[in-house]
Amino acid sequence: MFGIAMSKKTLLNSKEIHIILHRLACQLIENHNNFENTVLIGIQPRGIYLAERLATILQNDYAISNIKLGHLDITFYRDDFRRRDAPLEANKTQIDFIVEDKKVVFIDDVLFSGRSIRAALTAIQSFGRPSNIELLVLIDRRFSRHLPIQPNYLGRQVDVINEEKVTVHWKEKDTKDAVYIINN
Amino acid sequence: MNQLSVQHLLGIKHINKADIDLIFKTADHFKEVINRSIKKVPSLRDITIANLFFENSTRTKLSFELAEKRLSADVINFSANQSSVKKGETLIDTANNILSMKVDIIVMRHPNVGACNFLSKHVNVKIVNAGDGIHEHPTQALLDSYSIREKLGSVAGKKVVIVGDILHSRVALSNFYALKLQGAEVKVCGPKTLIPKYIESLGVGIEYNIKKALDWCDVANVLRVQNERMEINYFPSTREYSQLFGINKKLLDSLNKKIVIMHPGPINRGVEISSDVADSEQSIILNQVENGVAIRMAVIYLLAQQIKQ
Repeated sequence: MFGIAMSKKTLLNSKEIHIILHRLACQLIENHNNFENTVLIGIQPRGIYLAERLATILQNDYAISNIKLGHLDITFYRDDFRRRDAPLEANKTQIDFIVEDKKVVFIDDVLFSGRSIRAALTAIQSFGRPSNIELLVLIDRRFSRHLPIQPNYLGRQVDVINEEKVTVHWKEKDTKDAVYIINN
Repeated sequence: MNQLSVQHLLGIKHINKADIDLIFKTADHFKEVINRSIKKVPSLRDITIANLFFENSTRTKLSFELAEKRLSADVINFSANQSSVKKGETLIDTANNILSMKVDIIVMRHPNVGACNFLSKHVNVKIVNAGDGIHEHPTQALLDSYSIREKLGSVAGKKVVIVGDILHSRVALSNFYALKLQGAEVKVCGPKTLIPKYIESLGVGIEYNIKKALDWCDVANVLRVQNERMEINYFPSTREYSQLFGINKKLLDSLNKKIVIMHPGPINRGVEISSDVADSEQSIILNQVENGVAIRMAVIYLLAQQIKQ
C-alpha cells in the first residue's frame, strides 16, 4: 500500500455479533412486548442490514409476528448539504405503514457524531407524529458526539480516536459478519 | 456519477445520458417525497430562487414554484407583463437587479431563442431554462421521458411519434435530443408546413399520415397548434387540421395495439386530441404533470448542490 501503514483490527467477530443481536432482540422485547404499536426503522444506507437482521431474529427465534420494518433515507435532511466535497447520494425510503402514535425504534450500525440521527428525527416527522422514538445501535463511538443524542440500546461501546474508522460488515453484503477498527 | 456535467440547465443539447440517468434517479426519490403526508424536505432552506417569466405560463410556473417550495427554497416570482421590462429595462439589468437581492438560481422563460444561454454568460447565477421561444424546454422533455420510463419500463428502443406543430415547438426539439440520447426511435407527424426543413439531420423520421404514424409507434406525444406564434396561415382551417391530424377514439381503436398518449398541455380539446382520448386509460397526461414536480425538484436540487457554501 505504498508504505502507508493501515491497520485493521477486528472488534467483533461473527459469533460475538450473533450473541449481541440476540441480546438486543431480547431487550427490545422487554420494552415492546408483541410489537403491536412498535415500528422498526433502519437508517439508510448501512442501518438497514442491522434492522433486517433484528426483524428476522424477532420473527424466527422469538415468534413475534408482523414486525413492521421500514427504511428511512436522511439525505435530504442532512445539515451538510453544499458543505461537502463529494455530493450526497440519496437512497430509497420505504415506509409502508402509519407512524402516527407508534413507538418508533431507529436502527443504525454506528453512532458517531449524532448528526445522522438528528436528520432522521426531522425526516420521520414527514410520516406522522410518533408517540416516542428510541435509538438502537450496534456500535456506539463514545466521546465523539456533536449533539446531545444517546442510544437506548447498544451492542458495544468503543473509544476510538477520530482518525480511526469503525466499519460494520454484514454477510448479506460483505460476505461475513464482522466489526473492524481501521486506522489509516 | 452523482454530479451533473453542466453548470446550468440550458437545454438537453448540452447534457449527456449520465446526466439524464442521475436526474431520473434523483426524481425517483423526490416522487416518493411528494407522496408523503408532509411533502417537503429542508435541503434548500438557504437557497433563494427567482422565477422570471417573460412569457405566459400556468403549468410550468406552478410546477417550478411547487418544486422549489417542496425543497424549502425561498421563492420570488416575476412576470414580464407587470414589470419594468415594459418600461424599457434590458434583460441583463433586470437579472442583475434581482441578483443584488442575493438570488442563487434563476428559472427563466423567455420568448426569444437563446435568452437563457445569453444570460448564463453575463450573470453569475445558476440558470434553468423553462422554455426559450421555439428553441428548448428541457424540463418538459425530461418529464416526458421520465413518464415513458415509468409507464413502459424504459425509453431505449421505444418508438415515439411527436404529432402536430413541430415548427413552433420547443417541447419537440428538447424531446428529440432527450429521446435520441436514451436510444428511442423518433418520428414526427403533422402538416408539411409545420415540419421544419432538414429535420432528418437530427435523426428524426417524418410521417405525414397520422394513421401510419400511430400504427408504427409505442407512444404518441401530441402537441398543440401554437396559433400565437404564427404570423401566416400554415393550414387552411382548424377543422381541416383536426380531421387530418387530430387523434380521436375511433382512430385509436382502429390500431391493433394500445399506444400511450401524452400531451405537454395546454390541450385544445377537439383540435389535436379529442376529449375521450385525453381522458382515456391510455393517456398519461396527468402523470406527466405529477412527474413534472419531481423532475424539477431533481434538477434544482442537483444544480443547488454545486453552489458551495
